[in-house]
Amino acid sequence: MDFTLAYNAAHEALPYMLGGVVWTVGLIVGAMLLGLAFGVPLAVLHVYGPWPVRRAVSTYVWLFRGIPILVQMYIFYFGLLAWLSGLPLFAGLGLDSPFVAAVLVLGLTSSAYQSQIFRGAIQSLHAGQLKAARALGMTDAQAIRSIILPQALRLSIPGWSNEYSILLKDSALAFTIGVVEIMARMRAIASTTHEPVSMTFLAGIIFFVLTWVGVKALNILESRVRIAGYTRQGAA
Amino acid sequence: MAVELETTPVLEARALGKTLGGNRVLDAVSLALPKGCVKVLIGPSGAGKSTLLQCLNFLIPPDSGTISLEGREVNAKSKRELCALRQQVGMIFQDFNLFDHLSALENVRVALMKVKGMSKLDAGELALAELARVGLADKAALYPANLSGGQKQRVAIARALAMDPKVMLLDEPTSALDPELIGEVLAVIRDLAQNGMTMIMATHQISFSASLADEFLFMEKGRVIEAGSPAELLRRDSGSRTKAFCAKISELTGEADDMGGECKV
Repeated sequence: MDFTLAYNAAHEALPYMLGGVVWTVGLIVGAMLLGLAFGVPLAVLHVYGPWPVRRAVSTYVWLFRGIPILVQMYIFYFGLLAWLSGLPLFAGLGLDSPFVAAVLVLGLTSSAYQSQIFRGAIQSLHAGQLKAARALGMTDAQAIRSIILPQALRLSIPGWSNEYSILLKDSALAFTIGVVEIMARMRAIASTTHEPVSMTFLAGIIFFVLTWVGVKALNILESRVRIAGYTRQGAA
Repeated sequence: MAVELETTPVLEARALGKTLGGNRVLDAVSLALPKGCVKVLIGPSGAGKSTLLQCLNFLIPPDSGTISLEGREVNAKSKRELCALRQQVGMIFQDFNLFDHLSALENVRVALMKVKGMSKLDAGELALAELARVGLADKAALYPANLSGGQKQRVAIARALAMDPKVMLLDEPTSALDPELIGEVLAVIRDLAQNGMTMIMATHQISFSASLADEFLFMEKGRVIEAGSPAELLRRDSGSRTKAFCAKISELTGEADDMGGECKV
């Protein structure tokens, strides 16, 4: 293998590959936010809900954690969303786009994982704080919103950065239903340039950099919102 | 006692019962707190003191019995009535239960804003005044992690007082404190009592509470088995269960001389 050739090929391919970053970032930002929007209420219901609700949440979590993302992508893209977008009610909403299917699958799966991150954080809080909030006359909703969640969300950031880095790499599966993100572009360009090794390597580097940037950003967020004197175990 | 008969008690419990895990934790406990009176719950661990206090504001819902605030029975099924009751009944916990993500000031302020709907400015002013009352105006900006145990408990007291409660429930307020920090919290509690706050307190601080209490209630196995003035129950020849219990405590804490004096009252 000629390294100069490989380098030149990678160099030439870089702008095209970076075009995929936009899609990848779109996928994970959409999925993380969807996962957050669903994950927080799911976690709250999982901890404080009456038992039928807890059971329902737990079933949801089992389903999305138990079915491979690839399988879900097929079910959503070729099945559910294709069928929905055929209905007059949903026609023209773009539900049949592979990007929408991928964001939904990644987001719903992430909401299942995120709900467990938040649940762990909520349950790690000393139960006495909820008691104290109730004793002051707060409703449970008020106590959860202004006492429990502000603390639980802070504690969730390390778990969240883990979830981000996993989700980022899961997003590569979106190429299977036709989202032109990094992996899709890597495969396309590898088959035209006959440089699969250098292209794979390039894709790997791009994913690594994206992981690094995101995790760093979350680390910064974590220290920004840290409460005085309330450090992680073992941190100075 | 005459006064007690004439006026409606601030808080009254009738025949409270609670079974937890097959144990009869509260067995038909009744008590009344007339305005301005201080009652002290004593008794061994597991006697039901803490459960009783938490039943009084429905943090633990009793299985049977009723609670009345100023003569009005509380409907335990109505969440609105429960919240209204709790606003008027302050509670102090053994382990403070401060909100860890909020500064001392914010701890006192948060319920004023969320529950009483006060503006941030008004709530902040009141919160600062309450902190000043417990001697912590200069610690308002500190977070719980940077406060000592005694300071935390005083913030908790300020937080409860800010709601302007009609009665205070204190669940072993000094049991989690280092001995040298107990004094500052007891001073605040004494101050409250002297200003006429109606209170019921579970504690093992016998000498302190004897000097403060209108009545001792001795609990064992979910029942109040003895009730009377501290002087009566602690008299050396009273032969009371309370006296025996207190003698044991003072023996263990090395307060024997103190207690001897106390018990002669």
